[in-house]
Amino acid sequence: MNQRLVVLSFVVIAAVAAACKPPAPLPPRPVRDGNRDSLIADSIARWRADSIRHAELARQERAADSLKRARENEQRDAVDNTDEMAILRATIYFEYDRADLSEAAKDLLAAKIPILQARPTLSIMITGHTDSRGSSEYNIALGLRRAAMVKEWLVNNGLESSRIEIMSMGEERPAVLGEGEHAWSQNRRAEFVPLVGE
Amino acid sequence: MVTISFVNRCFKNKKNAQRLAAVRNIRALVLSSVAVFGVSSTSLNAQDGVRIGMEYTLGGRPGVMVLPMEGDKGDSIWTIIRRDIDYDDRASVVNMSAADSRAFVPVAGKPINFAALAKLGVVWVVHPRATLAGITVTLYDVAAKKAANTSTFPLPSEPNSPSWRMAVHGISDQIGFWMFRTRGAAQTRILFDVQGAGELWMIDSDGANARRVAKGSYYAMSPSWHPNGTEFVFAAQENRGWQIGSHNLLSGVTHFKSASMRGLNTTPAFSPDGSIIAYSNGVASGGTNIVVAKIGSTAPAQRITVGKGSDNTSPSFSPNGRRIVFMSGRAGYPELYTMDIDGTNVQRLTETDYGEKSWRASPDWSPDGRMVAYQSRVGRDFQIMTIDMRDRSTKQYTSDGENEDPSWAPDGRHLVFSSTRSGVRQLWVVDVETGRLRQLTKQPGARLPSWSPLPAKK
Repeated sequence: MNQRLVVLSFVVIAAVAAACKPPAPLPPRPVRDGNRDSLIADSIARWRADSIRHAELARQERAADSLKRARENEQRDAVDNTDEMAILRATIYFEYDRADLSEAAKDLLAAKIPILQARPTLSIMITGHTDSRGSSEYNIALGLRRAAMVKEWLVNNGLESSRIEIMSMGEERPAVLGEGEHAWSQNRRAEFVPLVGE
Repeated sequence: MVTISFVNRCFKNKKNAQRLAAVRNIRALVLSSVAVFGVSSTSLNAQDGVRIGMEYTLGGRPGVMVLPMEGDKGDSIWTIIRRDIDYDDRASVVNMSAADSRAFVPVAGKPINFAALAKLGVVWVVHPRATLAGITVTLYDVAAKKAANTSTFPLPSEPNSPSWRMAVHGISDQIGFWMFRTRGAAQTRILFDVQGAGELWMIDSDGANARRVAKGSYYAMSPSWHPNGTEFVFAAQENRGWQIGSHNLLSGVTHFKSASMRGLNTTPAFSPDGSIIAYSNGVASGGTNIVVAKIGSTAPAQRITVGKGSDNTSPSFSPNGRRIVFMSGRAGYPELYTMDIDGTNVQRLTETDYGEKSWRASPDWSPDGRMVAYQSRVGRDFQIMTIDMRDRSTKQYTSDGENEDPSWAPDGRHLVFSSTRSGVRQLWVVDVETGRLRQLTKQPGARLPSWSPLPAKK
């Protein structure tokens, strides 16, 4: 008796489920009343929604690109600095969740090497930083990976390993406060502090 | 109930409006019958001039009335115990003023009116009273019409001092034990850090007594309790690097694992017996590994993950002390893994969600061992999730703002986490059974909480 009741209720639930279609996805499907005007209106609305979305994505991409170019220019300008200590201290930047070096970053690192080689008593402290996305504990590790990547490049290009120290502050010491790509692009960085007499 | 709401969603066109209305009526009927079996939220007239109502409940938790206490500290003890029972989320506290509930206090020749209380849906009555030794509490079972438990609790002499409040929370937890056979977690504290300031703070489970601890010139983060509840470890940065510090709350002394502040040592966690700590150690060639070190031993820490340049961090021990859950970027993006404490038998715990970038971090193993709480990226923001260790089913507890860093309460029922839902990062507590939320801190930047164990049994 009980079993039959259970089976019966399953049948009822299955019947209800079969009769029931999942909610329509957005944007809504064309109305199937044969009305040409409404079909056209519908596709125009969808086309508009699509183009607004694409325009927004493109705008975000352009904004990110222009921020990326701004960081690249900043690094390239630093290379041309007349003050050698300013070149030594100049910051390099990274892409989101990445530790690999851009060409602009490598050019700036290359400019630091002869300055350090001309001053054998100087060593350098590299501190990796991240933007505020990601977990803060992971970001400490990511910042270290960035600093280590910089160190590796400097060593591969002739600087003694013993003159380089690395550290990470993760997302703890942002250069620019706030959320959004404007702040993030400036916070994904490695900073350089010359150490004297070590 | 599930079937009804399913049907309800399905009837979208106008033809079925009548049937929809009928379904709504059925639903209202079912809801009202739940209200009869559970606790009504409407006001009832109990006795002349006494108004009573229940706080909103989910699914009919037993009603508890806390009788007012005579004497100068009475009101605050009454307030603390009521709040603790409410925050415990297992019972529903009768919402009646101290003055009104005075009518129910038993006096010589006039016992408790159990019949009236039963009609109001009250299942338990808590009767605290001041005695020479401290306070004596009796728990009455309304259905049985008699006292179920009585005990006397000593209280520190200084009312409202941190230790006095903790002692009152201990009474609440004992009442919870009498009612449900397991203690609540009121007599606990939560450590956290303040991002940007690099300060460590401690706060009582009810949000009282927020105070700074382990002050120093260093930048501190990621505090984590020793199982004894009087010491904790944390990561501290000064000048050249990060080192593991440990602080004793009784002596106020802070030690560092190494005199040199070099290296990159972060995210420490104690094993459940307090004999070893696991933490993450950055290597000069890049990458971060989890290492374990015996407490009190001078032997170097032993590496237990094979980083190969990946990030391995945020370890948390299983309650039996045999396994560690941790976050690793070895697959190219952060996911959770488990391993034995010697680094063998590594297993991936969380699976990739296709169609979005996976990102999971900050695991914390539940006190009963059955679940791991963690943060997972859902769309743009992190949300608090749990994964069942047996069938790998997951559950999401938050959706508003960015929610991170979950830590289990020793009752295995509540999680403390950081959330930006109020506009700034604060600590919040969620009851994993009902999803009920409360804000714990009023301190912008509060994050990386660690919920203390229950105090050791005397």
